[in-house]
Amino acid sequence: MTETTTGFSRRSLELDAASEVDRIVAFLQENVLRRLHRQGAVVGISGGIDSSVVLALCARAFGSQRVVGILLPEQESSPESAELAHLLAKRFDVQTMIEDITPALLGAGCYRRRDEAVQRVFPEFEPDWKSKITLPGNLLEEDRLNIFSLTVIKPDGSEQTQRLPLREYAQIVAASNFKQRARMAMLYYHAELRNYAVIGTPNKNERDMGFFVKYGDGGADINPIGHLFKSQVFQLARYLDVPIEIQQRPPTTDTYSAGSTQEEFFYRIPFEILDLVWLGYERDVPREEIAAALSLSEDQVGRVIADIERKRRATDYLRAHPINLDPAE
Amino acid sequence: MNSAEELLRKYIADNILFSGQGYPYADDTSFLENGIVDSMNVLELVMFVEQKFGIKVEDAEIVPDNFDSVARLAAFVRRKQELTAV
Repeated sequence: MTETTTGFSRRSLELDAASEVDRIVAFLQENVLRRLHRQGAVVGISGGIDSSVVLALCARAFGSQRVVGILLPEQESSPESAELAHLLAKRFDVQTMIEDITPALLGAGCYRRRDEAVQRVFPEFEPDWKSKITLPGNLLEEDRLNIFSLTVIKPDGSEQTQRLPLREYAQIVAASNFKQRARMAMLYYHAELRNYAVIGTPNKNERDMGFFVKYGDGGADINPIGHLFKSQVFQLARYLDVPIEIQQRPPTTDTYSAGSTQEEFFYRIPFEILDLVWLGYERDVPREEIAAALSLSEDQVGRVIADIERKRRATDYLRAHPINLDPAE
Repeated sequence: MNSAEELLRKYIADNILFSGQGYPYADDTSFLENGIVDSMNVLELVMFVEQKFGIKVEDAEIVPDNFDSVARLAAFVRRKQELTAV
Protein backbone atom coordinates (compact mmCIF):
# COMPACT_ATOMS: atom_id res chain seq x y z
CA MET A 1 0.00 0.00 0.00
CA THR A 2 1.33 3.43 -0.93
CA GLU A 3 1.29 6.10 1.78
CA THR A 4 2.27 9.68 0.98
CA THR A 5 4.06 12.30 3.07
CA THR A 6 0.70 13.72 4.26
CA GLY A 7 -0.39 10.25 5.37
CA PHE A 8 -3.03 10.08 2.64
CA SER A 9 -3.61 6.47 1.56
CA ARG A 10 -6.31 3.97 0.72
CA ARG A 11 -6.85 3.67 4.46
CA SER A 12 -7.94 7.31 4.71
CA LEU A 13 -11.54 6.25 4.01
CA GLU A 14 -11.59 3.86 6.94
CA LEU A 15 -14.10 4.66 9.68
CA ASP A 16 -14.33 3.70 13.31
CA ALA A 17 -17.51 1.80 12.48
CA ALA A 18 -18.67 1.37 16.09
CA SER A 19 -18.52 5.05 16.95
CA GLU A 20 -19.99 6.08 13.59
CA VAL A 21 -22.95 3.77 14.14
CA ASP A 22 -23.46 5.23 17.64
CA ARG A 23 -23.35 8.74 16.19
CA ILE A 24 -25.93 7.94 13.50
CA VAL A 25 -28.22 6.14 15.94
CA ALA A 26 -28.20 9.18 18.25
CA PHE A 27 -28.86 11.44 15.23
CA LEU A 28 -31.85 9.32 14.19
CA GLN A 29 -33.31 9.21 17.68
CA GLU A 30 -32.92 12.91 18.29
CA ASN A 31 -34.41 13.99 14.99
CA VAL A 32 -37.10 11.42 14.30
CA LEU A 33 -38.46 11.01 17.81
CA ARG A 34 -37.89 14.40 19.41
CA ARG A 35 -37.68 16.89 16.55
CA LEU A 36 -40.09 15.44 13.99
CA HIS A 37 -42.26 13.72 16.64
CA ARG A 38 -42.54 10.51 14.60
CA GLN A 39 -42.70 7.23 16.49
CA GLY A 40 -40.78 4.92 14.21
CA ALA A 41 -39.31 4.40 10.75
CA VAL A 42 -40.40 3.28 7.32
CA VAL A 43 -37.58 2.19 5.00
CA GLY A 44 -37.91 1.12 1.38
CA ILE A 45 -35.69 -1.94 1.04
CA SER A 46 -34.29 -3.11 -2.27
CA GLY A 47 -31.73 -5.68 -1.25
CA GLY A 48 -29.01 -3.12 -1.97
CA ILE A 49 -26.29 -2.10 0.43
CA ASP A 50 -27.59 1.40 1.24
CA SER A 51 -31.15 0.50 2.22
CA SER A 52 -29.85 -2.54 4.10
CA VAL A 53 -27.52 -0.45 6.23
CA VAL A 54 -30.27 2.11 6.84
CA LEU A 55 -32.68 -0.61 7.96
CA ALA A 56 -30.07 -2.01 10.36
CA LEU A 57 -29.38 1.45 11.76
CA CYS A 58 -33.10 2.08 12.26
CA ALA A 59 -33.55 -1.23 14.07
CA ARG A 60 -30.79 -0.11 16.47
CA ALA A 61 -32.21 3.36 16.88
CA PHE A 62 -35.89 2.58 17.34
CA GLY A 63 -36.05 -1.14 18.10
CA SER A 64 -37.13 -3.61 15.44
CA GLN A 65 -40.79 -3.35 16.51
CA ARG A 66 -40.87 0.30 15.41
CA VAL A 67 -39.39 -0.26 11.95
CA VAL A 68 -41.19 -1.41 8.81
CA GLY A 69 -39.28 -2.46 5.70
CA ILE A 70 -41.28 -2.04 2.51
CA LEU A 71 -40.37 -3.94 -0.66
CA LEU A 72 -41.48 -1.98 -3.71
CA PRO A 73 -40.95 -4.20 -6.74
CA GLU A 74 -42.31 -3.62 -10.23
CA GLN A 75 -42.43 -5.87 -13.27
CA GLU A 76 -38.84 -5.14 -14.28
CA SER A 77 -37.25 -5.56 -10.84
CA SER A 78 -34.69 -8.28 -10.41
CA PRO A 79 -36.20 -11.21 -8.41
CA GLU A 80 -32.92 -11.30 -6.50
CA SER A 81 -33.79 -7.91 -4.98
CA ALA A 82 -36.81 -9.33 -3.15
CA GLU A 83 -34.95 -12.42 -1.95
CA LEU A 84 -32.19 -10.30 -0.47
CA ALA A 85 -34.63 -7.85 1.10
CA HIS A 86 -36.42 -10.71 2.88
CA LEU A 87 -33.10 -12.10 4.07
CA LEU A 88 -32.23 -8.70 5.47
CA ALA A 89 -35.53 -8.21 7.29
CA LYS A 90 -35.20 -11.64 8.86
CA ARG A 91 -31.67 -10.87 10.05
CA PHE A 92 -32.84 -7.73 11.87
CA ASP A 93 -36.25 -9.09 12.89
CA VAL A 94 -38.07 -6.29 11.11
CA GLN A 95 -41.63 -6.52 9.76
CA THR A 96 -41.80 -6.37 5.96
CA MET A 97 -44.53 -5.61 3.49
CA ILE A 98 -44.60 -6.03 -0.27
CA GLU A 99 -46.16 -3.29 -2.37
CA ASP A 100 -46.00 -4.07 -6.07
CA ILE A 101 -46.02 -0.69 -7.82
CA THR A 102 -46.52 -2.14 -11.33
CA PRO A 103 -50.24 -1.19 -11.53
CA ALA A 104 -49.42 2.39 -10.51
CA LEU A 105 -46.70 2.56 -13.15
CA LEU A 106 -48.98 1.12 -15.82
CA GLY A 107 -51.61 3.69 -14.88
CA ALA A 108 -49.10 6.50 -15.17
CA GLY A 109 -47.86 5.22 -18.51
CA CYS A 110 -44.30 4.74 -17.25
CA TYR A 111 -43.36 1.82 -19.52
CA ARG A 112 -45.34 3.06 -22.53
CA ARG A 113 -43.88 6.56 -22.47
CA ARG A 114 -40.36 5.23 -22.01
CA ASP A 115 -40.69 2.66 -24.80
CA GLU A 116 -42.12 5.25 -27.20
CA ALA A 117 -38.88 7.18 -26.83
CA VAL A 118 -36.76 4.02 -27.18
CA GLN A 119 -38.62 3.17 -30.39
CA ARG A 120 -37.89 6.57 -31.87
CA VAL A 121 -34.19 5.75 -31.53
CA PHE A 122 -34.49 2.05 -32.46
CA PRO A 123 -37.68 1.65 -34.58
CA GLU A 124 -37.30 -2.14 -34.56
CA PHE A 125 -37.50 -2.23 -30.71
CA GLU A 126 -40.04 -4.80 -29.44
CA PRO A 127 -41.69 -5.03 -26.00
CA ASP A 128 -39.73 -8.19 -25.14
CA TRP A 129 -36.37 -6.44 -25.69
CA LYS A 130 -34.59 -4.84 -22.77
CA SER A 131 -33.09 -1.38 -22.58
CA LYS A 132 -30.80 0.74 -20.42
CA ILE A 133 -29.03 4.05 -20.59
CA THR A 134 -25.35 4.48 -19.73
CA LEU A 135 -22.58 7.06 -19.63
CA PRO A 136 -19.24 6.54 -21.40
CA GLY A 137 -16.99 4.22 -19.41
CA ASN A 138 -13.26 4.50 -19.01
CA LEU A 139 -13.23 7.87 -17.25
CA LEU A 140 -9.61 7.37 -16.25
CA GLU A 141 -8.44 7.25 -19.89
CA GLU A 142 -10.84 9.53 -21.75
CA ASP A 143 -12.17 12.99 -20.95
CA ARG A 144 -15.58 12.40 -22.52
CA LEU A 145 -18.45 14.58 -21.32
CA ASN A 146 -21.48 13.06 -19.63
CA ILE A 147 -23.65 12.24 -22.62
CA PHE A 148 -25.94 9.24 -22.25
CA SER A 149 -26.23 6.36 -24.71
CA LEU A 150 -29.15 3.98 -25.09
CA THR A 151 -28.50 0.25 -25.30
CA VAL A 152 -31.18 -2.21 -26.40
CA ILE A 153 -30.79 -5.95 -25.91
CA LYS A 154 -32.67 -8.51 -27.99
CA PRO A 155 -33.92 -11.80 -26.50
CA ASP A 156 -30.95 -13.56 -28.17
CA GLY A 157 -28.58 -11.34 -26.19
CA SER A 158 -27.33 -9.19 -29.08
CA GLU A 159 -26.98 -5.50 -28.28
CA GLN A 160 -27.15 -2.18 -30.11
CA THR A 161 -26.05 1.14 -28.66
CA GLN A 162 -26.61 4.67 -29.87
CA ARG A 163 -26.15 8.18 -28.48
CA LEU A 164 -29.42 9.56 -27.15
CA PRO A 165 -30.88 12.71 -28.68
CA LEU A 166 -32.04 15.29 -26.15
CA ARG A 167 -35.79 14.74 -26.44
CA GLU A 168 -35.56 10.95 -26.21
CA TYR A 169 -33.10 11.12 -23.31
CA ALA A 170 -35.41 13.44 -21.40
CA GLN A 171 -38.47 11.27 -22.08
CA ILE A 172 -36.76 8.04 -21.01
CA VAL A 173 -35.52 9.60 -17.78
CA ALA A 174 -38.80 11.38 -17.01
CA ALA A 175 -40.81 8.19 -17.59
CA SER A 176 -38.40 6.00 -15.62
CA ASN A 177 -38.52 8.45 -12.70
CA PHE A 178 -42.15 7.43 -12.14
CA LYS A 179 -40.66 4.36 -10.46
CA GLN A 180 -38.85 6.25 -7.72
CA ARG A 181 -41.72 8.70 -7.28
CA ALA A 182 -44.32 5.92 -6.98
CA ARG A 183 -42.10 4.31 -4.33
CA MET A 184 -41.83 7.56 -2.42
CA ALA A 185 -45.63 8.01 -2.44
CA MET A 186 -46.12 4.47 -1.13
CA LEU A 187 -43.53 4.94 1.62
CA TYR A 188 -45.31 8.07 2.82
CA TYR A 189 -48.60 6.19 2.85
CA HIS A 190 -47.16 3.64 5.26
CA ALA A 191 -45.39 6.29 7.31
CA GLU A 192 -48.48 8.45 7.73
CA LEU A 193 -50.55 5.40 8.62
CA ARG A 194 -48.28 4.78 11.62
CA ASN A 195 -47.03 8.28 12.43
CA TYR A 196 -43.56 7.12 11.38
CA ALA A 197 -40.87 8.95 9.43
CA VAL A 198 -39.63 7.98 5.96
CA ILE A 199 -35.94 7.30 6.24
CA GLY A 200 -33.89 8.18 3.14
CA THR A 201 -31.22 5.87 1.79
CA PRO A 202 -29.00 8.08 -0.44
CA ASN A 203 -25.29 8.04 0.40
CA LYS A 204 -22.85 10.92 -0.14
CA ASN A 205 -22.02 9.88 -3.72
CA GLU A 206 -25.68 9.91 -4.68
CA ARG A 207 -26.58 13.10 -2.82
CA ASP A 208 -23.65 15.23 -3.94
CA MET A 209 -23.38 14.00 -7.53
CA GLY A 210 -27.14 14.06 -8.05
CA PHE A 211 -27.68 10.34 -8.54
CA PHE A 212 -31.23 10.39 -7.20
CA VAL A 213 -34.68 11.40 -8.34
CA LYS A 214 -36.00 14.68 -7.00
CA TYR A 215 -39.08 13.89 -4.89
CA GLY A 216 -38.42 10.22 -5.62
CA ASP A 217 -35.71 8.42 -3.69
CA GLY A 218 -34.55 11.92 -2.75
CA GLY A 219 -37.87 12.45 -0.93
CA ALA A 220 -37.52 11.51 2.74
CA ASP A 221 -37.59 13.03 6.23
CA ILE A 222 -34.00 12.30 7.19
CA ASN A 223 -30.87 10.93 5.50
CA PRO A 224 -28.77 8.95 7.99
CA ILE A 225 -26.03 7.92 5.53
CA GLY A 226 -26.03 11.03 3.31
CA HIS A 227 -22.59 11.97 4.64
CA LEU A 228 -20.92 8.60 3.92
CA PHE A 229 -19.05 7.54 0.80
CA LYS A 230 -20.26 4.30 -0.73
CA SER A 231 -17.15 2.47 0.40
CA GLN A 232 -17.82 3.65 3.97
CA VAL A 233 -21.38 2.32 3.74
CA PHE A 234 -19.84 -1.08 3.00
CA GLN A 235 -17.74 -0.73 6.16
CA LEU A 236 -20.85 -0.12 8.26
CA ALA A 237 -22.55 -3.08 6.57
CA ARG A 238 -19.73 -5.34 7.75
CA TYR A 239 -19.91 -3.97 11.28
CA LEU A 240 -23.72 -4.24 11.43
CA ASP A 241 -23.60 -7.81 10.11
CA VAL A 242 -25.72 -7.16 7.02
CA PRO A 243 -26.09 -10.52 5.18
CA ILE A 244 -22.96 -11.30 3.20
CA GLU A 245 -24.99 -11.87 0.00
CA ILE A 246 -25.98 -8.19 0.10
CA GLN A 247 -22.45 -7.02 0.84
CA GLN A 248 -21.12 -8.94 -2.15
CA ARG A 249 -23.75 -7.84 -4.68
CA PRO A 250 -22.55 -5.21 -7.21
CA PRO A 251 -24.58 -1.98 -6.75
CA THR A 252 -27.25 -1.79 -9.46
CA THR A 253 -29.79 0.83 -10.46
CA ASP A 254 -32.64 -1.73 -10.64
CA THR A 255 -34.44 0.88 -12.72
CA TYR A 256 -33.88 -0.20 -16.32
CA SER A 257 -35.17 -3.43 -17.80
CA ALA A 258 -31.65 -4.46 -18.83
CA GLY A 259 -29.47 -4.84 -15.76
CA SER A 260 -27.24 -1.82 -15.26
CA THR A 261 -24.58 -1.35 -12.61
CA GLN A 262 -24.30 2.06 -10.95
CA GLU A 263 -20.79 2.28 -12.34
CA GLU A 264 -21.86 1.98 -15.99
CA PHE A 265 -25.02 4.01 -15.51
CA PHE A 266 -23.52 6.96 -13.74
CA TYR A 267 -20.21 6.88 -11.86
CA ARG A 268 -17.96 5.68 -14.73
CA ILE A 269 -15.25 4.27 -12.42
CA PRO A 270 -15.13 1.85 -9.47
CA PHE A 271 -16.13 3.26 -6.08
CA GLU A 272 -12.79 2.43 -4.48
CA ILE A 273 -11.14 4.92 -6.87
CA LEU A 274 -13.90 7.54 -6.97
CA ASP A 275 -14.28 7.76 -3.20
CA LEU A 276 -10.61 8.13 -2.45
CA VAL A 277 -10.01 10.76 -5.12
CA TRP A 278 -13.05 12.65 -3.86
CA LEU A 279 -11.93 12.48 -0.23
CA GLY A 280 -8.48 13.74 -1.19
CA TYR A 281 -10.01 16.54 -3.24
CA GLU A 282 -12.24 17.61 -0.32
CA ARG A 283 -9.28 17.60 2.04
CA ASP A 284 -7.10 19.63 -0.36
CA VAL A 285 -4.59 16.80 -0.67
CA PRO A 286 -2.23 17.64 -3.57
CA ARG A 287 -3.13 15.78 -6.75
CA GLU A 288 0.25 14.09 -6.95
CA GLU A 289 -0.34 12.58 -3.52
CA ILE A 290 -3.82 11.34 -4.42
CA ALA A 291 -2.31 9.84 -7.58
CA ALA A 292 0.47 8.16 -5.61
CA ALA A 293 -1.97 6.66 -3.10
CA LEU A 294 -3.96 5.06 -5.93
CA SER A 295 -1.11 4.31 -8.35
CA LEU A 296 -2.74 6.59 -10.91
CA SER A 297 -1.34 9.43 -13.02
CA GLU A 298 -2.10 13.04 -12.10
CA ASP A 299 -4.02 13.35 -15.38
CA GLN A 300 -6.28 10.50 -14.36
CA VAL A 301 -6.91 12.08 -10.97
CA GLY A 302 -7.66 15.36 -12.71
CA ARG A 303 -10.28 13.70 -14.94
CA VAL A 304 -12.02 12.17 -11.94
CA ILE A 305 -12.07 15.50 -10.10
CA ALA A 306 -13.39 17.31 -13.17
CA ASP A 307 -16.19 14.76 -13.47
CA ILE A 308 -17.13 15.17 -9.79
CA GLU A 309 -17.23 18.95 -10.17
CA ARG A 310 -19.30 18.81 -13.35
CA LYS A 311 -21.84 16.45 -11.87
CA ARG A 312 -22.16 18.49 -8.70
CA ARG A 313 -22.73 21.70 -10.62
CA ALA A 314 -25.07 20.08 -13.11
CA THR A 315 -27.31 18.69 -10.36
CA ASP A 316 -27.74 21.74 -8.09
CA TYR A 317 -31.33 21.83 -9.31
CA LEU A 318 -32.02 18.39 -7.82
CA ARG A 319 -30.89 19.50 -4.37
CA ALA A 320 -32.70 22.84 -4.48
CA HIS A 321 -35.80 23.26 -2.30
CA PRO A 322 -38.89 25.08 -3.59
CA ILE A 323 -38.07 28.77 -3.78
CA ASN A 324 -40.34 31.25 -2.02
CA LEU A 325 -40.58 34.93 -2.83
CA ASP A 326 -40.63 35.92 0.83
CA PRO A 327 -38.80 33.18 2.71
CA ALA A 328 -40.21 32.43 6.16
CA GLU A 329 -37.99 33.45 9.07
CA MET B 1 -22.71 35.85 -43.04
CA ASN B 2 -22.42 35.45 -39.28
CA SER B 3 -19.34 33.72 -37.90
CA ALA B 4 -19.63 30.44 -35.99
CA GLU B 5 -18.74 32.37 -32.83
CA GLU B 6 -21.60 34.82 -33.35
CA LEU B 7 -24.13 32.06 -34.01
CA LEU B 8 -22.99 30.11 -30.94
CA ARG B 9 -23.07 33.14 -28.67
CA LYS B 10 -26.59 34.00 -29.79
CA TYR B 11 -27.86 30.44 -29.45
CA ILE B 12 -26.48 30.05 -25.93
CA ALA B 13 -27.67 33.49 -24.81
CA ASP B 14 -31.19 32.95 -26.18
CA ASN B 15 -31.74 29.27 -25.33
CA ILE B 16 -29.55 28.38 -22.38
CA LEU B 17 -28.76 31.53 -20.42
CA PHE B 18 -31.95 33.49 -21.19
CA SER B 19 -29.75 36.50 -20.47
CA GLY B 20 -31.78 39.04 -22.40
CA GLN B 21 -28.50 40.89 -23.03
CA GLY B 22 -26.54 38.66 -25.35
CA TYR B 23 -23.67 36.37 -24.37
CA PRO B 24 -21.97 37.99 -21.37
CA TYR B 25 -18.69 36.00 -21.33
CA ALA B 26 -15.45 36.01 -23.31
CA ASP B 27 -15.21 33.45 -26.11
CA ASP B 28 -12.53 31.51 -24.24
CA THR B 29 -14.48 31.31 -20.94
CA SER B 30 -14.92 27.68 -19.87
CA PHE B 31 -18.55 26.57 -20.10
CA LEU B 32 -18.08 23.81 -17.57
CA GLU B 33 -15.97 25.59 -14.98
CA ASN B 34 -18.35 28.53 -14.93
CA GLY B 35 -21.60 26.59 -14.97
CA ILE B 36 -22.62 28.15 -18.29
CA VAL B 37 -23.81 24.83 -19.70
CA ASP B 38 -24.58 21.49 -18.02
CA SER B 39 -24.61 18.03 -19.56
CA MET B 40 -28.14 18.44 -20.97
CA ASN B 41 -27.02 21.67 -22.59
CA VAL B 42 -23.97 19.96 -24.09
CA LEU B 43 -26.34 17.54 -25.78
CA GLU B 44 -28.37 20.52 -26.97
CA LEU B 45 -25.21 22.11 -28.39
CA VAL B 46 -24.30 18.88 -30.18
CA MET B 47 -27.68 18.91 -31.90
CA PHE B 48 -27.46 22.62 -32.65
CA VAL B 49 -24.06 22.45 -34.37
CA GLU B 50 -25.05 19.32 -36.31
CA GLN B 51 -28.15 21.04 -37.68
CA LYS B 52 -26.80 24.54 -38.08
CA PHE B 53 -23.43 23.71 -39.60
CA GLY B 54 -24.25 20.44 -41.35
CA ILE B 55 -21.64 18.38 -39.53
CA LYS B 56 -21.77 14.99 -37.82
CA VAL B 57 -20.40 14.91 -34.28
CA GLU B 58 -18.96 11.56 -33.22
CA ASP B 59 -19.32 10.39 -29.59
CA ALA B 60 -15.55 10.49 -29.10
CA GLU B 61 -15.54 14.15 -30.14
CA ILE B 62 -17.80 15.24 -27.25
CA VAL B 63 -14.88 16.24 -25.04
CA PRO B 64 -13.93 19.49 -23.25
CA ASP B 65 -11.32 20.26 -25.94
CA ASN B 66 -14.18 20.70 -28.43
CA PHE B 67 -17.14 21.71 -26.27
CA ASP B 68 -15.89 23.82 -23.37
CA SER B 69 -16.08 27.37 -24.76
CA VAL B 70 -17.42 29.37 -27.69
CA ALA B 71 -13.89 29.58 -29.14
CA ARG B 72 -13.24 25.84 -28.85
CA LEU B 73 -16.62 24.89 -30.26
CA ALA B 74 -16.30 27.32 -33.17
CA ALA B 75 -12.83 25.97 -33.99
CA PHE B 76 -14.17 22.42 -33.83
CA VAL B 77 -17.01 23.32 -36.19
CA ARG B 78 -14.58 24.84 -38.70
CA ARG B 79 -12.30 21.78 -38.56
CA LYS B 80 -15.25 19.49 -39.20
CA GLN B 81 -16.53 21.65 -42.05
CA GLU B 82 -13.10 21.60 -43.69
CA LEU B 83 -12.96 17.82 -43.41
CA THR B 84 -16.45 17.56 -44.91
CA ALA B 85 -15.48 19.85 -47.77
CA VAL B 86 -12.40 17.79 -48.71
